[in-house]
Amino acid sequence: MSTELDVFVGNTTVLDEDVYQLWLDGHTVSNAVRIRMEAGALQECEANAEVLHSDTMDQFRTFQMCERLLQSPSKVANQLLFQIPPHRQTMLIERYYEFDSVFAREVLGKKLSKGTKKDLDDISSKTGIALKCCRRQHVFKVVEELKGPLVENIQRHFLLSDVLARDYAAIVFFANSRFETGKRKLQYLSFQDFAFCAGQLISYWTVGAVNNVMEDLDVDLEKEFLHDLKDLKVLVNDKDMLDQHKSLVCAQLRGKIKVFSEMEASFKNLSRALVNIASKLTHTKDFRDLFIDLVEKFIEPRRSDKWTIGDLRLFLKHYSSSVHTLEAFRHQVIWDRYMGVIKSCILKMYHD
Amino acid sequence: MPGKLKAKIVAGRHLPVMDRASDLTDAFVEVKFGNTTFKTDVYPKSLNPQWNSEWFKFEVDDEDLQDEPLQITVLDHDTYSANDAIGKVYIDIDPLLCSEAATVISGWLPIYDTIHGIRGEINVLVKVDLFNDLNRFRQSSCGVKFFCTTSIPRCYRAIMVHGFVEELVVNEDPEYQWIDRIRTPRASNEARQRLIFLMSGELQRKIGLKVLEMGGNAVVGYLQCFDLEGESGLVVRAIGTACTLEKISTFPATATYPSNSSPSKDMKEPGFGEETPGVPLSSGPPTPLRAQTFSSFSPSKSYSRQSSSSDTELSLTPKTGMGSGGSAGKEAGPLKALLRQQTQSALEQREYPFFTLTAFPPGFLLHVGGVVSARSVKLLDRIHNPDEPETRDAWWEEIRQEIKSHAKALGCHAVVGYSESTSICEEVCILSASGTAAILSSRFMQDGPLDAEHRFEEVVSPGCGFCHIPYDELNIPFPAQLTYCYCCRHYKVPDVLFTTIDLPTEANVTGKGCLIQARLCRTKKKAQGEGNATAISNLLPFLEYELHTQLMNKLKLRGMNALFGLRIQISVGETMLLGLASATGVYLTALPSPGGIQITGKTPSDITYEQHISNMQKKINDTITKNKELYEINPPEVVEEIIGSPIPEPCQRSRLFRSHSESSDEVSELDLSHGKKDAFVLEIDDTDAVEDIHALLTDFSIPAGFYSCNTEIMPGIQNWTSAIQMFTSVRVFRLNNANLTNQGLNKIFSDLCENLLKSLYFKLRSMVPCCLCHLNFTVAIPEDELIQVAVTAVAMSFDKEQSLENGKQSGEKTLIKAITDEQLQFNLELNAETSSSNPLSSPKGITMEKASPLPEGRSRSLRSNRSYSGSSVAVVKMTPLSFIPGAKIIRYLGIINMFFIRETTSLREEGGVSGFLHTFIAEVFAMVRAHVAALGGNAVVSYSMKECVFMENPNKNQAQCLINVSGDAVIFVRESELELTSVQPQSATTQTSNCGEGT
Repeated sequence: MSTELDVFVGNTTVLDEDVYQLWLDGHTVSNAVRIRMEAGALQECEANAEVLHSDTMDQFRTFQMCERLLQSPSKVANQLLFQIPPHRQTMLIERYYEFDSVFAREVLGKKLSKGTKKDLDDISSKTGIALKCCRRQHVFKVVEELKGPLVENIQRHFLLSDVLARDYAAIVFFANSRFETGKRKLQYLSFQDFAFCAGQLISYWTVGAVNNVMEDLDVDLEKEFLHDLKDLKVLVNDKDMLDQHKSLVCAQLRGKIKVFSEMEASFKNLSRALVNIASKLTHTKDFRDLFIDLVEKFIEPRRSDKWTIGDLRLFLKHYSSSVHTLEAFRHQVIWDRYMGVIKSCILKMYHD
Repeated sequence: MPGKLKAKIVAGRHLPVMDRASDLTDAFVEVKFGNTTFKTDVYPKSLNPQWNSEWFKFEVDDEDLQDEPLQITVLDHDTYSANDAIGKVYIDIDPLLCSEAATVISGWLPIYDTIHGIRGEINVLVKVDLFNDLNRFRQSSCGVKFFCTTSIPRCYRAIMVHGFVEELVVNEDPEYQWIDRIRTPRASNEARQRLIFLMSGELQRKIGLKVLEMGGNAVVGYLQCFDLEGESGLVVRAIGTACTLEKISTFPATATYPSNSSPSKDMKEPGFGEETPGVPLSSGPPTPLRAQTFSSFSPSKSYSRQSSSSDTELSLTPKTGMGSGGSAGKEAGPLKALLRQQTQSALEQREYPFFTLTAFPPGFLLHVGGVVSARSVKLLDRIHNPDEPETRDAWWEEIRQEIKSHAKALGCHAVVGYSESTSICEEVCILSASGTAAILSSRFMQDGPLDAEHRFEEVVSPGCGFCHIPYDELNIPFPAQLTYCYCCRHYKVPDVLFTTIDLPTEANVTGKGCLIQARLCRTKKKAQGEGNATAISNLLPFLEYELHTQLMNKLKLRGMNALFGLRIQISVGETMLLGLASATGVYLTALPSPGGIQITGKTPSDITYEQHISNMQKKINDTITKNKELYEINPPEVVEEIIGSPIPEPCQRSRLFRSHSESSDEVSELDLSHGKKDAFVLEIDDTDAVEDIHALLTDFSIPAGFYSCNTEIMPGIQNWTSAIQMFTSVRVFRLNNANLTNQGLNKIFSDLCENLLKSLYFKLRSMVPCCLCHLNFTVAIPEDELIQVAVTAVAMSFDKEQSLENGKQSGEKTLIKAITDEQLQFNLELNAETSSSNPLSSPKGITMEKASPLPEGRSRSLRSNRSYSGSSVAVVKMTPLSFIPGAKIIRYLGIINMFFIRETTSLREEGGVSGFLHTFIAEVFAMVRAHVAALGGNAVVSYSMKECVFMENPNKNQAQCLINVSGDAVIFVRESELELTSVQPQSATTQTSNCGEGT
C-alpha cells in the first residue's frame, strides 16, 4: 500500500521560506524532512512525519518547477503559471542568487566565463560548499556580454537587490580586471572587503563613471585617468611641494593623533608610497597588484607602527585635503578622484 | 446575419524555441471560427512576436456564436516541411453575448498544447457586434445569463424564480472512434477538447432557450457535468434554476422587495399536469413514466434496477433523511392551510419542482423536510443516434420522478439544493440525485397566489421556521421523535435534521460547526454485465445505510443535531464500492439537544467484556464533552415539561447501529450522562462493531485555530479578513494487497481522507486562525486497486476577537491586517488587482500598483530600482464560495467553463505522476486566471473542479488527465475602497462599459 500521487496546488503559490533554503542548500527530501523535524516542525499543527514528508516533497517540486523561471528572473513577474505576490517573488530571486562569501572569496579574480566549471568544482571541494553555485555562472556569462552600467545591468536582468547586485558586480569586475587577490598577505581580507573596494573602483575610476556613453562594458578603468595619475608624482618629486604638504598636514594633526611623531618623521615615505602606487597603475602588472601594493607598502607598515584606525582616518583626511591649498599643484581633480577611492579602500582594508 | 465577431492578434511572448538551429521561432497565428479561418503574417525569428494584425471579422449566426469557441492556433512556419503547431487557445465568447457581462476580451492568454502544456502566451482582442433580431423562432438564446453560483448572485435581485431547467446532449467520444487508431494523441485530445467545448455551448444555448420560454432571463446554480461513457459515448448534461433577475442599480440600502405582480407573459404550461400517484417510499417497480417518452423509442436494452426499493428493508433509510411529521398547518388555522395548498398545487403542476439553489432570498424557504435521494444502476449501451438522446433522458426522468415522490411523502412540494451525479466503471453507471424536500413561499413564483395574502405565511420566525416539520405528525413515513421548537415553542421540530442546502443565514445556531464525514469501502466480486449491475444494486442500500449511521454517530459525538450541505458520493470500481458522505454539522437552537451515544454488549455475562464496554462508554462520553467545549455548544437549559409536549417513550429510541430484533432492556439501567431521554444505542455484537466504534473515536481532531466546513460559511465566524487561499489537492493511493477485508479497506480509505486533511491543515498553518470552507471531496476509483481523492476548498483567515464592528471598520481592519501581517505567507492582498493592460478592469477608485519605470540616465546612487519589467500580472482570486470576504462584487462577467486534456509520453522526465499532475493543475489555474483577467475580471467565484480524471501507465511512461472546471468571472472591489470612493461606483460602471464599447 502506498501513496502513488500527492499534490497540493494553491491559487496563490504556497512557499515556505525555510524549506526553500533547504532546497537551495541542495538537501535531499529525506534530509530536509530530518532537519525540519529537528527544528521542531512536528510541534506545529499536530503534524506527523508523513505530513512533513508530503509537504517537503510538494515544496521541493514547486521550487523545481519555479527554477526554470528563476534562471531568467525578469520572466518571474510576467509569467502566468504561478501567482506569487511581488514581495515573495523578490524573496525567491534574491535567495536563489545569494551566495556564500567564503565561496565568493575563492572565485574572486578567476576568469569566470571560460572553463570555470572545473575551477568551481575545485573551489567547491575546497570550501565544502555544495555546487549549487553553478546556477550563478550564467549571471557572469550574461553580464559580461552586456553594455552599460554593471550594477544596473545585473539588477535589471536578474532583479536582485542592491547589495546582492553589487556583490555580483564585484566578482565580475575582479574577474575582468584580474586583480591579484590570492596572495597569502591578502588572505586576511574578506569577500566583503573586496566587494566594497570593487564598488569604489567601479563608481569612480571606470569609463562609465564619468560619461554616459554606453559603448562598452563599463568595468574597464578609464585609461586616460590612469595615465593622468603619473602627474601626481610631482607631490613627492618636488621638494618644496613635499615640504609644504608636510607642514600643512602636521599643522592640522598636531596633538590630534597619537602617532604624530612617527607620522612627522615618515611623512615622505607615507606620501611616496601612495603616490607611487598611483603613478604605476598604467602598467597592467602593477595595476593587478593594486591590493597587494596597498597592503605591503602602506597598510602593513602602519599596522606595525600601531596606528589606530582613527589616526589613519584623520591622517588620510588631511593628507588628501591639504593638497587643495598647494598653489603650485594643478591636478586637483585627478588627485581627488584618486584619493577618494584609495582612502576608503585603505580604511576598509585596515583591520586584522 | 445577426452577429459579427472580430478578433485581433496583437503579440506573443515567451514562445518556445521551435528551430533548434537558430534558437528562435518563426511564428504565425491561425484564427478559426466555424469553418472560416484567417492567418496572420509570419513574424520571423522571434520568441516575442509582434503581429499586430488587422481585425479578423467573422459574420455568423448568433446560434453559432453560442455553440462555437473561437479557436486560435499558434504555429511555427517551416518552409520545407509541415508547419509545427505550438499550441492553441480556445476562447468562449459567450460572455460577450450578454449586455451586462463583458464587452471585450483582451489580454495575455496561455498557449496550450495537450502534450507540452503551456507554451508561451498570446495577446488577443475579441469583440462581438450583435444585431437586434426579432425572429421569434430563433434557435439562439443570447442574453440569458448563466451563473454557477447556487444563490441569487450578489448584485442582482430575484424578481421570479421559475424553476428547474435541464438538458443533455450526447455524442460519440472521439477517443473511441476508429480514426483514433491512426491519428496522433495530440489530434485525438484536441478533437475531444473541441467537441466538449461545442457540446457545452450547444447545451448552454438549449438551456437558455428553455429559460426564455419560461419567461426568465437567467440560470442560477448552473451545474454542468460530462460523463465519459467510453465506448458508448460522451454525455454532457446540465441542470439549473431559471430565474428572472434584476440588476441592483443603486446601493442596497434602497433595495426593495419586488412585487409579485409581474407582467403576465404567456407562459407555457409546465409539464403535463399529470402527477405520479403518491407512492410514498414504495418498493418494487419504478414509478410509471410518461408514456410519450417511451413509446417513440426503440426498446431499450439497458438494464435498470432502482435502488430505492431498499426502503422497505430498513426501518429508517438515509434517503428520507431525518424529517419528521409536521402539524404546523393545524395550528395555523384554515386560511394558512388553504394557502399552502394553493402553493403546493401550483408547484405540483410543474414537472419537477426542483431548485439547484442552496441559499435563498429571505422568506423563500419556509420549511425543510429532510434529504431525499435516489440512485439507480444502469448498463451503458452504445448511443446509436446522437440526435436522439432519449435513453439518457429517460434514465434521469425516472430518478427525478422518484425524488419528487419522496419529497411528497415528506409533505413537501419542492426539492431544493438539488444535484445530480454519475459514477461510471466500464459499462456500469450509477446515476444519483439528491436534494432537500422543502416547502417554499410562493413569493417568487409566477403561479403563486397574490401578494396580499403573503402575510399569513410570515408568522413563522426566520430563525427557526425552516426547522418546523412540513409533514403531518400523525402520518410520519418513518419513526421519528418530534418536540416543540426550542425557539418559538409553537411548532413541532424533528430531533435531527439533514439537508443538502447551505445553512440559512438567519438560522439560530448555537456554537460553531464542523465538517463531518462518513467514509465507507465495500469489496465486491468482479462481474460482467447484468450480474455486475445486480450486485452493485444490492450493495447500494447497505452502503447508504451505513454511511447514514456513521454520519449520525459522528454528529452525536460532536453534540450537534443538524447537517447542512450533505453530499453523498458513491463511486464504483471493478472490485469495490466507495462511499463518501460530507456535511457540515451544527447545533440548531430550535432542535432538541442530541442524546448521547450509548453502547451495549450483546453478551453481558463476561466481566472483562463489561469492563471494556464501560471503558469505551467513558471514552465516548469524554469525547462528547470535549467536543461540546471545542465547538462552544452550550444551549440554554430548557425545562421540557412546561410545554407539555409528549415526552417520547423510551421504546421509541432509534436503534440504528447493527440493531438486532431482540430488545435491549438492560439499556435503561446504564447511567447515561448525556441525553436524558434518548441516547443513541450502539450494540456491540462482533469485532467489526468494536472496530467501527474505535474508528469513530480515533477520528483525528482539528488542530487549534482551524475550523472546517463544506458549506459556504461557518456559523459563529463573521469577521473574515481578506486573506483567502483556494487550493486543490489530489491523492492517489494504491492498494497493493489484493485480499483486504471490508474493515481493512475502510481503515485505509478513512486514513487517506484524514491524512489528507492533516496535510491541508499543516500546509495552511500560517493562516491561523482560519476556516477551510467549502471543503469539497471527490472520490474515484481510476482503476483496480487505486483510490483517488481530490479536494478543492478555500482557506479563509478571520480575526480572533469577536468584535462587533460595523462593516466599515472591519473592512479597514482586514485590509490593515492583510498588509501588516508579514507572517502570513501567501495571503498578502495586492492592490494590483486590476490589469493595466485591460481598460475594462479598472473601475475608478481602485488603487493600482504600477511597475515602477526604470530609472532614467545612469544614476550611480545605487538606489533600489528593481522593477518588475513589463506589465505586472494582475492578481485573480479564486474561490469556491459565492462571495469574497471584505469585498463587494460589482459585476458578473460571465460563466467560466473550461475543459482541458493533458497527456505525456515522458512521465518520468516530467517528475512522475505527481510532477505531471502538479504542473497540469497549476496550468489549469493559470488559464482560468488569464481568461478571467482578459474578460476584465479580478476573481472567480463559485469555482469548482467538477472532473479530474487521471489515468497512468508507468510502464509505458505515459499518463493522461482530463480536468473540467467552472465558475463565475466577476469584478469585485474592496469594501474599504468602496467607501473611500462611495460617490463614484455608479459612474465607474458606466465608464467601464463606455470605454469597452468605445475601443
